[in-house]
Amino acid sequence: MLTTRRKDPLRDPVRFIDERTGAAPFLKGVLRYLFPDHWSFLLGEVALYAFVVLVATGVYLTFFFHPSFAETVYTGPYAPLQGRTMSEAYKSVVDISFSVDAGLLIRQTHHWAADVFVAAIVIHLVRVFFTGAFRRPREVTYLIGITMLGVSLVEGYLGYSLVDDLLSGMGLAIGYSAVLSIPIIGGPVGLLLWGAPYPGDPSFESRMFIAHVLLIPAVLAVLLTVHLVLVASRHHTQFRGRLGQTQRRLVGVPTFPGQTPRSLGLMSAVAALLFTLGGLVQINPIWLWGPYETALGTNGAQPDWYLGWLIGGLRLMPGFDVTIGSYTLVPNPFWGGLLFPTVVFLVLMAFPWIERRVTGDRRRHNLLDRPRDAPGRTAFGVAFFAWVALVFIAGGVDRSTVFFGLSYTAQVWVFRGLVWLLPILLFLVVRRWCRALQAAEKIEEIQEQAEAEARVAAD
Amino acid sequence: MPGWLIWMLALLGIVRRGVPDDEEHEQVVEPGDPSPRAELVVIALLLLAALAAAAFVVFYGVGFSTQVLGGTLGGALALIAAALIVASRTLIVTEELPEEYPEPHEEAQEEVAAIVRQSGSRITRKRLLGVAAGTAAGTLGVAFAAPAVSLGPLFDTDPLRVTPWRRGRRLVDEQGVPLGADDISTEAFYTAYPEGASRDELGSPLVVVRVDPSDLRLPPGRKGWAPEGILAFSKICTHAGCAVALYRKPLFPEAEPKPALVCPCHYSTFDPAQGAKVLFGPAGRPLPQLPLTIDGQRNLRAAGNYSGNIGPAWSGVRSDPPTN
Repeated sequence: MLTTRRKDPLRDPVRFIDERTGAAPFLKGVLRYLFPDHWSFLLGEVALYAFVVLVATGVYLTFFFHPSFAETVYTGPYAPLQGRTMSEAYKSVVDISFSVDAGLLIRQTHHWAADVFVAAIVIHLVRVFFTGAFRRPREVTYLIGITMLGVSLVEGYLGYSLVDDLLSGMGLAIGYSAVLSIPIIGGPVGLLLWGAPYPGDPSFESRMFIAHVLLIPAVLAVLLTVHLVLVASRHHTQFRGRLGQTQRRLVGVPTFPGQTPRSLGLMSAVAALLFTLGGLVQINPIWLWGPYETALGTNGAQPDWYLGWLIGGLRLMPGFDVTIGSYTLVPNPFWGGLLFPTVVFLVLMAFPWIERRVTGDRRRHNLLDRPRDAPGRTAFGVAFFAWVALVFIAGGVDRSTVFFGLSYTAQVWVFRGLVWLLPILLFLVVRRWCRALQAAEKIEEIQEQAEAEARVAAD
Repeated sequence: MPGWLIWMLALLGIVRRGVPDDEEHEQVVEPGDPSPRAELVVIALLLLAALAAAAFVVFYGVGFSTQVLGGTLGGALALIAAALIVASRTLIVTEELPEEYPEPHEEAQEEVAAIVRQSGSRITRKRLLGVAAGTAAGTLGVAFAAPAVSLGPLFDTDPLRVTPWRRGRRLVDEQGVPLGADDISTEAFYTAYPEGASRDELGSPLVVVRVDPSDLRLPPGRKGWAPEGILAFSKICTHAGCAVALYRKPLFPEAEPKPALVCPCHYSTFDPAQGAKVLFGPAGRPLPQLPLTIDGQRNLRAAGNYSGNIGPAWSGVRSDPPTN
């Protein structure tokens, strides 16, 4: 029989790589990295995989998109727009939708992926917040996560602003107003960014384009990498469980073989969801909105969900500008459009340090809390997220006026009160509830102990 | 047997070439029981995924609808997800292993600090050096950032006050036809533009309405600005720059008895009869009013520039009047 040198199809390539890179110990570490087994740990991964889909579909879209405000006349197959004057940018997106094979699929998948991406980040944040995963030694990981959320909002906003349809134009006008409303420096800053009074210099489209397809994605990619490296270097947090999990001892499933098919399965499932949505569920039908003109406005076109809280903030403000004599110090959009999100992000970013100040707990934590274990944090978190959520809901009251015929004015007044009252109420109720759950557990524990002692005594 | 035959058979998978066992290595992954049935399920799912992916390519080539493309591509991915999930639950060894969390490296920390501390032994003016380096780096940073000023005008907000409206300019409609006083009814609102000027500027579009002259309650100093009750305002909301595209005619006389101009973005509501005073919503200023006259041909013309600066507010929006 054969007596050739016996080849080992696994060992040989590993030897090849290790001899040339020295990566064998690293590879072993990667394969044996432990993932604690809990469904809520997959939320961040959903965001990661949505990002992968965003990059892939986004690159495809750049092959067809013309970032230019230059005027042109539409002559394509979509009859209602034939003969209409529009920008090159808008025309190219209409062409992607109707004239490029699979163009509409990729465009809608891109848009859905953006919505799912931000949603996954927000739910991931909520999980991290209420389990105390942000505590020492993971504050930096958490800060980077919050930063990515903020950057993603800007990225998504620029994405739909590039199209130069009616929705883009209205959204950009509002963004321009928010920038102009920065006290004292708003006017010059707005003119600097747009290059000229709104709708701005023709180069503004290129500025948005390069930010959307290069600058911000690069920032996100770097932050994402650092976020993951930090997660891995400190290892995952874990819940207390039956497998002997402690502050010092982590129990989890290794990357290979256990976690790999799960994670790839999740990636496929996320991609499946996004492409199915992209194919079957219409999103941002820009051909219905038409090209943007300053004199046009509509209520039918609604922005992406993750901007709803800013619309709510803008809507709920009573109508006044802060003036000193004839000098306008604070234009109105500043409060709801800039100060409100700034406060939300600052509170989120400062929270690990605020909590440390309040509780005096400076220890390192690898075990996660259940919400009830930290009544103060849970109560504050519920109140805080409810505050933002109520403003978000207030951003949609015009829809309930259209659909249910409720008075817009009355709803706004109700929300102006609810936004402040309900969080306070929720804080008190939730804190009480957590403490009651804790007390109930303690009683159960004492009872079990007493029963065990009684049994021992009976024996 | 000749060598080439063995190669052929090996390629076809009939003869297996020897692969060394892992006997010499300790067991690192816990062995599990085989489950051939589950394997068949996974194989079937993978083949179905391949079929769906192939269908996508075919349908793409034929030019099928977005729904079919999304369904087949999403379906292929969903089948792969299903295969992986079934595999992870039935075919893959899934052990839960313990491990120590990493501890901080106290010694290395000390060492890093010592290295940096001891490296400065030849330097006596640490603070001065630091200040000098900081100044150099900061100034260089400013130098790198300086060209950003080319993006737009710097500290000059005059462009924000420019509008195309001046005394005598005719109002035209979307088709460029001059707007006549007799075209304006009380039951609708009209969009008008300056004749012979760009329509893209925020200062261009007007909203024109007619009210009963006896209802007019204009602010002082606007006598004669609304001939025959015809009023013109900037169409751009003073709150956030959207077009004021809604006109509320009295639908519920008890609650909302008067017509009002409404912005669809954040529902700033303006009363045209009172010079677009803010009735509700977040706008901090009324819509700037454009004084009108009716010329000999009964066409509408501007009698001057707006009553205030148009568009969203900036610090200083009230300090100077609009210009051309």
